[in-house]
Amino acid sequence: MTSRARPLVLGLGLVALAAVPPVGGLLNQPFYVDLVRRVMIFAIAALSLDLILGYGGMVSFGHAAYLGIGAYAVGILAHHGIHNGVLQWSLAIAASMAVALVIGAVSIRTSGVYFIMITLAFTQMLYYLGISIEEYGGDDGMRLAVRSQFPGPLDLQNGTVFYYVVLAILLLFLVLAHRLIAARFGMVIRAARSNEARTRAIGFSPYRYKLMAFTLAGAMCGLAGALLVNHTEYLTPEFMHWTRSGEIMFMVILGGMGTLVGPVLGAFAFLLLENLLSGWTAHWQIIFGPLLILVVLYAKRGLFGLLPGGGPRDG
Amino acid sequence: MNIFLILEQTLNGLQFGVMLFLMAAGLTLVFGIMNLVNLAHGSLYMVGAYLATTFAQWTGSFLLALVLALAGSLVVGIVVELVALRTLYERDHLDQVLATFGLILFFNELIAILWGRSALYTTLPTWLSGHVALLPGIRYPVYRALVILVGLVVAGLLWVVVTRTRLGMLIRAGASNRTMVAALGVNVRLLYTVVFGSGAALAGLAGLMAGPIYAVQPGMGEQILIQVFVVIVIGGIGSIRGALVGAVIVGMVDTLGRAFLKPMLSTVLSAPAADTAGPAIASMLIYLLMAAVLAFRPQGLFPVTGAER
Repeated sequence: MTSRARPLVLGLGLVALAAVPPVGGLLNQPFYVDLVRRVMIFAIAALSLDLILGYGGMVSFGHAAYLGIGAYAVGILAHHGIHNGVLQWSLAIAASMAVALVIGAVSIRTSGVYFIMITLAFTQMLYYLGISIEEYGGDDGMRLAVRSQFPGPLDLQNGTVFYYVVLAILLLFLVLAHRLIAARFGMVIRAARSNEARTRAIGFSPYRYKLMAFTLAGAMCGLAGALLVNHTEYLTPEFMHWTRSGEIMFMVILGGMGTLVGPVLGAFAFLLLENLLSGWTAHWQIIFGPLLILVVLYAKRGLFGLLPGGGPRDG
Repeated sequence: MNIFLILEQTLNGLQFGVMLFLMAAGLTLVFGIMNLVNLAHGSLYMVGAYLATTFAQWTGSFLLALVLALAGSLVVGIVVELVALRTLYERDHLDQVLATFGLILFFNELIAILWGRSALYTTLPTWLSGHVALLPGIRYPVYRALVILVGLVVAGLLWVVVTRTRLGMLIRAGASNRTMVAALGVNVRLLYTVVFGSGAALAGLAGLMAGPIYAVQPGMGEQILIQVFVVIVIGGIGSIRGALVGAVIVGMVDTLGRAFLKPMLSTVLSAPAADTAGPAIASMLIYLLMAAVLAFRPQGLFPVTGAER
């Protein structure tokens, strides 16, 4: 197919996403509105990981950390009686940004397998921190009694409104990521992935650019965490569990890394598949694990590669 | 706090460090020689623990169960290498991480199907369940003392094998340049299988010794695996000496931190503050240590020189 077919496919996808709440309401299936909202929240997280993994070549195995930080920022403020959404979400973004800056500053100094292990270890540290703080529920986590409150018609208690807020944020991030990748910043990041020495030779400091990308991705994922805790209305340290990091990474690979639409497709495929298999057997992971291996071995280009015009990377 | 308590906790730290070393030795060799990041190493630890517990119930003999479990985890390790990991050696680290993550999901679920999700507990035979007087007035559990002993013996054996035998020479050569080793006519595939199998057996050994001390349950492998990563990062990837030093440091810091940080903090902070901060900081201690080491030596304490990364 020609590349002209691509905007059409993407447009159709957008219309389909926008149509989920009315169609779900018509068919009286609120479950699917819920499911797609969850998918879109994870799509935001996967997109943020793809920025550093696919474009920046940084294999971060700790992306769930920022999901957890964002969620805890909202949860902790709510625990102390502050339900203002602007405050909560700002703190979620600021806190995850700060944590990403610190983790990134240490781990980007290393590379390769060190980087993987260190990001994993730091996330595990935050996970244990979450478990050990009894004030905020410790192991059991805590309930979010009231969703983030915004002025005017933005009432997140209304599931449909919340759905469109998530959709709008996802679209906003897709546009932002698209602009960022095409901009000078994105060029340097991609250059550093393909050849760090040459990037340095033409006068850029890859460390600073990589750290900036790492921090930005953390902030984006932090907002996804704030959305997720509003979605589930409870939070536990499990948000930061290392398997969660692996799952987000799998979404990116499944959809096609180094593409913008790929992570969104990957989040869809992953969560729908999980939903399908877990409805079928409690031991769904025994199918899921080998499936993951097969995807890695034989389908590295991901689902996006199957779309018309969705061929090469960096698309 | 008294001196006996400090001594006991130091020994506990050593015992934990020894377990970490058994895991780290295999992992670091597999990485050094095959350039493979194997997240599923923790699964082999879990397999060792489950096999030992089950064989102990079947045979009624603790020692026989240990031998069978050790053989079992060796076999499982070799099968995993032949079936799944062989194709991954030439892939990049991202592929290896994801594929072995898939293996973990598979193993955890398989164990849950076969044995259930609730934790198993092993009872020690009477000759292992008592205490031994190390010094007059200092009594320490026999079993934990035995774990330390076994760990130190294995570390010594490993040192002899790596530095004094032909196999060890090939392992060291493979770690610094595997292409050249292959070019000199060494059967590298066989070497890979041997190294991976031994690593699996060591992980299995750690797992089967862990059985009577910790809870045996699905996912037990990953908990220790991530601590082993910290060990390897601190020690330097590919270095057995680094693994030993890193393991003892991490084992000590973690154990002593959990035991003494809270009472120490309560001397400077108020009791409730120390109650909150103590366990929180103790659980983060080894990761902070890792960050500190990396800030000064990004390649770890004992970097392997001349290796391809």
